[in-house]
Amino acid sequence: MKPSIIVFPASNCDRDAAAALEQATGKPPAMVWHGEASLPDTDFIVLPGGFSYGDYLRSGAMAAKSPIMRAVIEKAKTGTPVIGICNGFQTLCEAGLLPGALLRNAGLNFVCRSVTLRVENNSSIFTGGLEKGAFVDFPIAHHDGNYFADDETLNRLEGDERIAFRYVDNPNGSARDIAGILNEAGNVLGMMPHPERVISPLLGGVDGATFFKAVVEAAA
Amino acid sequence: MKAKITITLKNGVLDPQGKAIEGALSGLGFEGASDVRQGKVIELKLEESDEAAARAKAEEMCTKLLANPVMENYQIEILA
Repeated sequence: MKPSIIVFPASNCDRDAAAALEQATGKPPAMVWHGEASLPDTDFIVLPGGFSYGDYLRSGAMAAKSPIMRAVIEKAKTGTPVIGICNGFQTLCEAGLLPGALLRNAGLNFVCRSVTLRVENNSSIFTGGLEKGAFVDFPIAHHDGNYFADDETLNRLEGDERIAFRYVDNPNGSARDIAGILNEAGNVLGMMPHPERVISPLLGGVDGATFFKAVVEAAA
Repeated sequence: MKAKITITLKNGVLDPQGKAIEGALSGLGFEGASDVRQGKVIELKLEESDEAAARAKAEEMCTKLLANPVMENYQIEILA
C-alpha cells in the first residue's frame, strides 16, 4: 500500500496521521505539499486535520482550491480511497467531494475532548473492520464541526447508509448527530473526530489503531 | 471598477456568532434587538471597465470561492 498525506499550510495533524499509517502499514507514507501539481504513485489519500490557511474565508475553503486538490479530486473520482479528518472533512465538503458544510459549533465553543461515536455503516472500506452499532472513542478538537445540509441531502445520506459515524452525545449541533459521512461511491470518508490521535494506550486509547489497521487491510 | 460583495448566511442556517452578538447587545442595555445575523463584506478592484463584464467576473469568483452555496447567499454591487 502506498498512502499519501496532503500537507497544507497550517495542517497540524499530518504527522499524527503519518504515525498512524506507519503503524498500520509498517512504512512511512508520502507527505505531499499542497502546492504540488501531481501526486506520487498512491492508492490511499489522507487530508489531515489542522487550520489550513488559518481558516480564512471559511474552514477548508482555500485548501479545497489549492493546486494538489485537482489531482486529489481526480483520484477520488476514479475510486481511490480518500479520508478527510477534521479540517480534511471541511476541505472535502468545500471541494464538492462530499455534500453539506461544517458550520461554527452551535455552542460557540471550541470543543476539545474525547467523544463516543456509534458505527452506523460497516459496509464501507473505512468501517468494514468495525461492528455496526459498535461504539468507538475518538477525540474531537474543532470550532467548526457543526454538520449542515438541507433535509433532502440528509434524508439521502440516511437512506443510502452513507452516515459512517454518529455522535452518541452531540457536542457541536451537527444535523442528525452526524460525525462522519461517505460519498455516493463509498470511497471518500469525511469525519470530524481524530482516529489518528488514539493509536496507543500512551495516548489514551487504541480505537484509532484498530480503525487504521482495518482501513489499510480493506484498501490493500 | 470596484466590486463590493456581501455574503450572508442563508435563512435557517444557525448563526451562533449572531446569537452571541445579540446577547452582548442585550447585556449593554440595547432593548429589542433581535434576529442578529453576521455576514462578511469583500471589496476588490477589477480591471474590467464594463459593468456587465465586471459583474460576470465577480459572479464567477463567488461561485468558485467566495461563497459556499450550501450555507451562504451573496450579493454583488459594482461601483464605478
